[in-house]
Amino acid sequence: MTYTSKRPPLTESSDQLRARIPGWGADLDPKDRPSVPKLRWQEDRTGAHWEFPERQPERGRRERSIEHKFLTPVFGTSCPPRGLSGVLRRLSYRKYSEGRAAHWLLLLAADRVDAWEHHARSFLTLRPDNPITETGVLSEFSRHGVSSRLGKKRADVKHQMLDPVIVAGPWVAVGGLVFGTVRKVLRRSDAPGPRGARRRRSS
Amino acid sequence: MVYRGPYKVRAEEKDIPAIEHPNDAIVRVALAAICGSDLHLYHGMMPDTRVGMTFGHEFVGVVEDVGPDVRNLERGDRVMVPFNIFCGTCWYCARGLYSNCHNVNPNATAVGGIYGYSNTTGGYDGGQAEYVRVPFADVGPSVIPDWMDDEDAVLLTDALATGYFGAQLGDIVEGDVVVVFGAGPVGLYAAKSAWLMGAGRVIVIDHLEYRLAKARTFAHAETYNFTEYDDIVVHLKKITDHLGADVAIDAVGAEADGNLIQHVTSAKLKLQGGSPVALNWAIDSVRKGATISVMGAYGPIFSAVKFGDAFNKGLTLRMNQCPVKRQWPRLFEHVRNGYLKPSDIVTHRIPLEHIAEGYHIFSAKLDGCIKPLIVASSS
Ligand SMILES: [Zn+2]
Ligand SMILES: [Zn+2]
Repeated sequence: MTYTSKRPPLTESSDQLRARIPGWGADLDPKDRPSVPKLRWQEDRTGAHWEFPERQPERGRRERSIEHKFLTPVFGTSCPPRGLSGVLRRLSYRKYSEGRAAHWLLLLAADRVDAWEHHARSFLTLRPDNPITETGVLSEFSRHGVSSRLGKKRADVKHQMLDPVIVAGPWVAVGGLVFGTVRKVLRRSDAPGPRGARRRRSS
Repeated sequence: MVYRGPYKVRAEEKDIPAIEHPNDAIVRVALAAICGSDLHLYHGMMPDTRVGMTFGHEFVGVVEDVGPDVRNLERGDRVMVPFNIFCGTCWYCARGLYSNCHNVNPNATAVGGIYGYSNTTGGYDGGQAEYVRVPFADVGPSVIPDWMDDEDAVLLTDALATGYFGAQLGDIVEGDVVVVFGAGPVGLYAAKSAWLMGAGRVIVIDHLEYRLAKARTFAHAETYNFTEYDDIVVHLKKITDHLGADVAIDAVGAEADGNLIQHVTSAKLKLQGGSPVALNWAIDSVRKGATISVMGAYGPIFSAVKFGDAFNKGLTLRMNQCPVKRQWPRLFEHVRNGYLKPSDIVTHRIPLEHIAEGYHIFSAKLDGCIKPLIVASSS
């Protein structure tokens, strides 16, 4: 009972658990657990035969965090930055440390731009983006998807109704704003005799 | 597979990866897995995830080619590759923190290198492919023991090792009440591992009945579906005699699906690096002075964690990405003894060409999906 010094009793003793659960207590002693202690020196270096690794050749300019002293000796080469998204990514790496929210938010913005860029570009190729096959929704029919959606208290069902609003909402809002602005600009230029000119005349 | 933007992937022909460093190997993938943390990428929540990237950090395969400086591997070796890319000799590797290696990720200093996990972790292509480049081939991969099959091995490259590591970070002592948030693969393995370390009671919390059923049979756990309770924290207090658990393990990470506000600000508007619902439940539901272990994946962006409660309760928070290779020798023993059977949780085997369906089923949690494996087209 919590309000006294005693621990709440367990329903099963260690012996009962040992009998019921295969391997119970095999690592009871922390010494049998790997990575204990935390910062133990690794004698075998797991097979490394260098003090500092040889450097991977840098083809093109590889972006890196400004918190690093230099380009790490090994790095990935998947998808070098290009296009407008590439400009945003390079800017983010050049200017902001990992401690700055701007760094990560710029990268996330670049990801969205990257997706639009590729989506647009895909229509110029023989293999345009296909929202049906690429989202995998066909599995709803081929792999018991629909039956596992129906009639269960699924946590994701409750916001499925809201998702279209949340996802489409900002787009509708931005679209409305753009439409409004464009209309205002057009009206201004269509008006017979610009207001500015008229004012100048009257003054 | 390649990423085409949020919620979109497809199978696509790419160049076979080349050796770019003398200690690289090229591995022909036999089996890969989709991981819960791949969903952060799939949903477009991980910064610097570029269109055209190949995901996949859990894979096994056969060595196809080795760089001139590789000594420990040969063509034809059947290997398992830990999800961490690491050099073996930097300040961190020398002390066993393989997941925190400083020599493999130019894009960030706060996180190490991971296969197929966006440019934030180094810009490496992953193993949901026919071929993959494996850097530091002398250090990362291990030859799969003869007695172990590929399906068990692939689960040791992340999920099982991470689950076990999560239990370990909980510093469990005999008789501890351990609560695990999340009954995905990592949560199931964490629950199972808690018993090996002498837990007196293991409780698993999730919202999907089929996963809770697995937690009962596979991990011998006591389970609760949080959607059936007004307040799961109060319920956990009640069933622990109002003390709370001794150890909580967050095996959910940043995409917890608990409440609508969190869902909107993180999953939808990307204003948070992820919603730490599970972590906050962990903080609230443990006793004072408890330990909380976190190895569900969290991204670099701000998350609204209830730090004040953690402070006032005197909690110990322990967390890291799992240094997979450090876990292997002991885990091999447990698998061999039959204490752990990793492949028991595999529910789907999906050909690489059907990768989009695989992601959708796993992401939407359809068809009783717990762990989907991706079978390479060539095999
Ligand atoms: Zn994983
Ligand atoms: Zn290192």
